[in-house]
Formats: sequence, structure tokens, C-alpha cells
Amino acid sequence: MRIPISALIGIVMTSGFVLAAVFAQWIAPYPIDAAVGKVWEGPSEQFWLGTDTIGRDILSRLIYGGQVTIFVALVSSLLSFGLGSFFGFLAVVRGGWIDLGLSRLVDLMMAVPSLIVALVVLSVLPLNLFVLILVMGVLDSTRVFRLSRAVAADIAVMDYVEAARLRGERQSWIIFREILPNALSPLVAEFGLRFIFAVLFISTLSFLGLGIQPPETDWGGMVRENKDGLIYGKAAAMMPAAAIAVLAISVNLVADWVLSRTSSLKGGRGG
Amino acid sequence: MHPILKLVVQRIALGLLLLLAVSFVLFLGVEMLPGDTAQAILGQSATPVALANLREALGLNEPALTRYFKWLFAALQGDLGVALTNGQDIAKSIGSRFGNTLFLAGIAGAIAVPLAIALGLIAARYAGRWPDKVISGVTLATISLPEFVAAYFVIFLLTQVVPIFQPVSMVFPGMSFWDKLNAVALPVIVLVMVVLAHMMRMTRAAILNVMQSAYIETAELKGLTPMQVIWRHALPNAIAPIISVVVINMAYLVVGVVVVEVVFSYNALGQYLVDHVAKRDLPVVQAVGIIFAAVYIGLNILADVIGIVANPRLRHPK
Repeated sequence: MRIPISALIGIVMTSGFVLAAVFAQWIAPYPIDAAVGKVWEGPSEQFWLGTDTIGRDILSRLIYGGQVTIFVALVSSLLSFGLGSFFGFLAVVRGGWIDLGLSRLVDLMMAVPSLIVALVVLSVLPLNLFVLILVMGVLDSTRVFRLSRAVAADIAVMDYVEAARLRGERQSWIIFREILPNALSPLVAEFGLRFIFAVLFISTLSFLGLGIQPPETDWGGMVRENKDGLIYGKAAAMMPAAAIAVLAISVNLVADWVLSRTSSLKGGRGG
Repeated sequence: MHPILKLVVQRIALGLLLLLAVSFVLFLGVEMLPGDTAQAILGQSATPVALANLREALGLNEPALTRYFKWLFAALQGDLGVALTNGQDIAKSIGSRFGNTLFLAGIAGAIAVPLAIALGLIAARYAGRWPDKVISGVTLATISLPEFVAAYFVIFLLTQVVPIFQPVSMVFPGMSFWDKLNAVALPVIVLVMVVLAHMMRMTRAAILNVMQSAYIETAELKGLTPMQVIWRHALPNAIAPIISVVVINMAYLVVGVVVVEVVFSYNALGQYLVDHVAKRDLPVVQAVGIIFAAVYIGLNILADVIGIVANPRLRHPK
């Protein structure tokens, strides 16, 4: 199997980010909240990416912040996948008013931009990790629902599903043993895109001050902390901004490749 | 009734129904979440008596459905209630800010749409060759950035590396049009960046889709230049999908504007919304949320209506 160079770059960068997040405690040169230098120092041998608005090492905070960003994005996209694909398959298998009801509900949720809904909901709910993951997961599950419903609708009319029905298998068997394995490859490709979306979403919320609350931090929150430095020509805010951009682009490269592979499996032109 | 008119009326009615449902969910769905408006205003240390008094004063003891309809009828008459935090009239606070938001989004749209279509046409003309690859590559990079990251890249580049702009956008009521334009230059650049990629890619795809047709081959064979073929024969036939993507991106612009306003401390609707989410001022958040939802739904209806009207099969029924 040949992996194109762009996908290879994406895979290497993405695993780099994930490894840095997993082993943050061991590789971060300084503790997360210790003021170890002067305010807004430039990059030096001691502080590779400089120091932030109260003299904390940016590289260390970037590594710890990545942990939060990647964790929240991963869990919320897993949640959106669990919810979205389960209800998507259920809508196809049950059909009738369950399908109709779920589809209209999703239409309703998608009629308003996710950010606006999230802002309205977060103005009432307490701001903690659990609520953030739940809100992001549920809002994003609408997109997974539409995809998995469309994919499952193609599969549900196949002969082997009909055979399983005639055998008298239960609905859970049909969903998990007949439809799920065959719908997996397009869903896996979509997972990368949903993960990026979750990274951007949590970063945006934190940047607006409505996501991860201090003393915890993530990349969006770090941009917020250091944004005033830009007026004085201090580039501290650019480091987490660049981290978000690079992570998003690397996952995109991988997702693009997976997407092109799985779509060619479904009878595309050659390749 | 002409079938096209019927379809359009149906689509608009459906959209209005959707908006009503959205307002219902934003009002009652939020009510059902754990949390208490009175508690939010008075804080954790409030006495039970004070809480009960405030609930009475705010009308929180009435059934939620009654409050929803009261609120809806007042809202239809332009009365959105008062903000919890400072007691100011919400409709008045929204009025001037909405204008600022529309100004920002309008200018960004006026630049982004022609630019995206022009770039899309060029990319389609040179499909697979270097101008196409450069345009597609650059726009692909901007598509994977959130608005605020794009904004700080632009700020850093244009105020620090090449200092030609101010990092903060202030717009005053008395400013002349040109001063305003200068003040919003940076946020407009950011918004254009954010919506450009999608529109450009869809224009390119729509044109390339049409380029396979027999009439394009005819036009090529009678000796037109490639740009003439695209301009006269491909574009008119690809216009329906292009317009609908453009309108959908205008709807997206309305959301992107929220974050960009916060980045540039631009005093408009998005900034107002985010401030009041942080202050947990529910009436303001609901009112502004519904305005954003209405604009978004309205633009989506517009996209569908244009799609219906631009479809020749519906325009000339058998």
C-alpha cells in the first residue's frame, strides 16, 4: 500500500501532537502554572517559544493545553459518533414515525448555527468539562446522523439484511452485526473531519471565554490570555494559534487520504 | 397558480414555521435545562425570600408555555424585554449594533463574492495546472482555520510584520463612510478569507461539471477562446448552484461575524451576544440568538428560492 507524501506528513504530525499530549507530564520542561521567567520574553534557549502574559513558559503550557484540547475534541467527537450513528441506523431500521421524528428534530437543530445554539445553552448551564463535551457532542451528532442515515439506507435494502430479517434476528443484531460493519469505512473517514471540527469548536468557545475555565487551559484559552501582547508586538498569542492551525491541517491531510481511499472502494475510478 | 410561485410560497411558509419552532426550542428548551434565572441574578448566597420575590417579579412562577406566548407576542411587536444585568431595553440595544454587524458582513460579502467567482472561473479555466493548484492550495489552507486563528494571523501580519493597520476596529455613530471603511479593513479581510475558499471551490466544481456537456464542445469547436466558453456558455448554466452556495456562505458569514467582532472589539451584535452569555443574561441571549437564527434561516430560504427560480424545468412546466 502506497501512502502519498501529504498523508504521511499528516500522520507524522498528528501522532506527534497526540504523543506530546499523552506524555505531557514527562516532556514539558516547566510546570503548567509556574511563573518561571519575565513577562512576554521572546524565544530563547531557556524558553523555546518565549513566556506568556505572566511569565509562564509557553511551550510547557502548549503541551499541557494540547492535552485538554485533544481530549475534549476526541471525547466529544466519539460521543457525536455514538449518538449520531446509533440514531441514524435506528431511523433506517425502524422507519415510519421514528425516522420522521428523528429527521425533523435534526433538521430543527441544524436550522440554527451550532455556535449560536451552544452560546444560548452555555448561558444557562454551568461551564465545566462534562457540560462542554456533552453540548459539543450532541450538537455535532446531527451531522453524523445525516451521514449514517444516508449510508445505512443504502445498506438496509441489501439482500443480506433482508436475509437477517427473515432469519428473525433482533433489531440490535441488524444494527450492530449487519449494518455497522458495512457502514464503518465512510464513517471512519468522516471521523477525522468531525474531530477537526471539534478542535476548532472548543478552541473558539475557549477563545470567547466560554470554554475551558482557568486554571485549566487549552489552546483557544491561551490565545485569549495572550492576545493583548499583539498590540505591543509580542508574538505569544501566535504560538497556540499556530498549534491549532497545524493540528487542523495535519488531521485534514490524513482525513482527505482516508476519504479518497474509501470512496474509491465504492466503485470510483481506479486508484 | 403558477407551480413555481406555489413552490416558493411553500418554501417560505416552511421557513417561517421552522423559525417559530426554533424560537420555541430556544425559549422552552433552555427553560428545561437545570439552572434558575433568579438564582443566576442573585448568586449562590441569595436568601429564599429574595429568590421568591424576584421569581414573582420576573413572572417565573407562571407556566412556561404562558410565558413563551407572552414573550412571542411582545417580540412580534418589537418588545424584547429588558436585560437582567442592567435593566436596559434589549430592542434598543440591539438596534444600532445590528446595523454595525450588517455593515461589516455586507462589506465582506461585497468583496468575497465577486472575488470567489473570479478565482473559481480562473481555477476552472486552468484546471489541473499551476494557477488552479495555487488557488486551490491556498484556499484549502484557509478552510481549516477557525475564524479567530485566521484573525490573529492577519493581525500579526498587517500590524506587526507590515504595519499598515490598527489592531482594533472602532466604529462611532458620527464617522464618515470612508473612515468606517478604513476602520473595518482588518475584520473584513479576515471574513473574506474565511468564506472565500468554500465559494471558490464550489464555483470551480460547478463550472467543471458543466464543461463536460456537448454544447461546450460545440462552442470550443467553433473557435471561441477558453475564457469566452466559460463566460458565455458554462457560467450561465452553472449559475444556480453557484448562487445557492454564495447565499449559504452569506449565512455562514453571519456566524463568523460573532467571533471576528470579539477579536477586534467591534461593538456590534456578536460582541453583545458573547458578553451577555458570560454574564448569563438569558433574555438578551435568547433575543440575539433568535435574530441570528432568523437571518440564517432567511438566507437559507433565499438560497432555496433562487434554486427553484433558476431551474428552467420548473420555470417552463409541461
